[in-house]
Amino acid sequence: MNKIEQAFLHEKAFIPYITGGDPDIETSEKLLYALHNAGANIIEIGVPFSDPIAEGPVIEQANQRALKAGCTVDWLFELVERVRAKIDVPIVFMTYYNPVFVYGNNKFAKHCAECGVDGLIIPDLPFEERDELYEQCNQNEITLISLIAPTSKSRIARIASASSGFLYCVSSLGVTGERHQFDDSAKLMIEQVRNVSSIPCCVGFGISTAEQARQVANYADGVIIGSSFVKVIAKYGRDSVDEIWRLGRKIRQAINENKIQK
Amino acid sequence: MVKGKFGKYGGQYIPETLMSAVLELETAYDYWCHKPDFLEELNLLLKQYAGRPSLLYFAAKMTSDLGGAQIYLKREDLNHTGSHKINNVLGQSLLAKKMGKTRLIAETGAGQHGVATATAAALMNMQCEIFMGCEDIKRQSLNVYRMELLGAKVNSVSSGTGTLKDAVNATMREWASRISDTHYCLGSVMGPHPFPTIVRDFQAVIGREIKEQLMNVENRSPNAVIACVGGGSNAIGSFYEFIGDETVELIGCEAGGKGIRTAENAATLTNGTVGVFHGMKSYFCQDKYGQIAPVYSISAGLDYPGVGPEHAGLFDAGRSRYVPVSDDEALEAFEYLSRTEGIIPAIESAHAIAYAKHYAQSLGKDKIIVVTLSGRGDKDVAAVARYRGKTVYE
Repeated sequence: MNKIEQAFLHEKAFIPYITGGDPDIETSEKLLYALHNAGANIIEIGVPFSDPIAEGPVIEQANQRALKAGCTVDWLFELVERVRAKIDVPIVFMTYYNPVFVYGNNKFAKHCAECGVDGLIIPDLPFEERDELYEQCNQNEITLISLIAPTSKSRIARIASASSGFLYCVSSLGVTGERHQFDDSAKLMIEQVRNVSSIPCCVGFGISTAEQARQVANYADGVIIGSSFVKVIAKYGRDSVDEIWRLGRKIRQAINENKIQK
Repeated sequence: MVKGKFGKYGGQYIPETLMSAVLELETAYDYWCHKPDFLEELNLLLKQYAGRPSLLYFAAKMTSDLGGAQIYLKREDLNHTGSHKINNVLGQSLLAKKMGKTRLIAETGAGQHGVATATAAALMNMQCEIFMGCEDIKRQSLNVYRMELLGAKVNSVSSGTGTLKDAVNATMREWASRISDTHYCLGSVMGPHPFPTIVRDFQAVIGREIKEQLMNVENRSPNAVIACVGGGSNAIGSFYEFIGDETVELIGCEAGGKGIRTAENAATLTNGTVGVFHGMKSYFCQDKYGQIAPVYSISAGLDYPGVGPEHAGLFDAGRSRYVPVSDDEALEAFEYLSRTEGIIPAIESAHAIAYAKHYAQSLGKDKIIVVTLSGRGDKDVAAVARYRGKTVYE
């Protein structure tokens, strides 16, 4: 069992996202410690990209800020290497495929392994195209995390049974960012997954409040929250560390209200 | 050939949310593209509504002025809505209708594709929303009003560079949030499979007509076919019929902007490297970390950092070649064709005219080149006037 899978053993997982290098790399490092201290089970670091087509305006602007601050994926590799000396929470990169492809699939996977990145989430590398990266990830023991969406329907069984780590369940149509309410799409998706696989299912896209996190944790194995954290970082910049910790604690506690059912 | 791949290019690199939509489109297209009644309905629209076949015009004055190869112009500028874009849009909107879609969304750069899409939506009684970069909205305000007049809603996209690439981002995001009733009417031979194939098939009428029309007057095939390339739809449409005939040289003209050694150009195949963006593997203008470059061209329609995957495949195979044409050369050609032939070309098409001028002079009088005039230049007149220091109110 790898580190990502272990993250789901004892509690419902809290998986926060921040964009690496926003507002700068030093603050990102502090934010990772804060999220770890707040009780994150896995942390997603977004590799900033010029054209993040799956993101709403909040995370898109964070990507722009990070790029403007000069952040490159090499900085993020160094960042993960540094924090690895202090915390061992599983870290996954959330990146678009082009920064990986242009870096070189093999080199990218190797650097992930060397620096302590445990997994990759690549929203524009769907199941049909993932083979060109899958082998390199396997060789380097990097988990390539698959996504399913409310539109996946008959694809869910195929994707779920060939996935590892956890399944990223996209809560609803559209891009990342707050939603006022959710239908039961994610719940239905997870029921479909359960027919073919026991892989942990984490729900992301649009979950912004502690109450929403609590509700989602009723049926999901983990809750992924990005835009809410990024909003705080946008507002407070370098002074956002304490705020992020506070928000993280609040969400952690809300998720914990759901006892793990195994 | 693997489905949807052109050599190693193409593919379906899009978020999972959109996969069902492109697979649905692929299935629908595979079904309808062989149906005689679908093709008949489309041909009737092309003939009676768009005005096809477009003329193949012998540019006698230009030919004698340059003193080299004989130059024919394929007059896509004479189509309804003023460019080749209508060929693709009529095909896609008819397909969307067959799929039960009631709403079209599209990106646009110069506004030509947006106008064509808004036109088809009006004709076919569909809702229409267009996404256009805020910079392009400034450059092409007349086309914005034209789209609104046709009943479309135009959304200004201010993210990124506020140009065509950002308009594509915005349209993909919109599609991901509303799929069931909406078809993304993509405007060029780009994006995820099946778009590059569908758009090429709908544009291939250009090359088929060129071949037949030239056969009628000259009883032979051309020595070269020249077209401008942004995403590359009028070029692939012009080339496709001739790909198997190695005696026909295929030349794409890219936006050289302020020069290919400056940062301000959009010459993807001249300067770009292989990457994956907007759903496809192809060549892109990008940095060493795979960040897409902010590109530039005087022409909003060529101001795009990528190129369709079939062009990338043809380029690698050496079957077609791509040359950069600068803003200044395009402007000069814009004015040259206006004065010499009395035809005001779109500034995009003027890139092809510029290279054709140069290339014709290097060929003998026994040679024939066909230049695709992808659109008319009315939309560019005010911008060109401003560029020349004259204030013209649109």
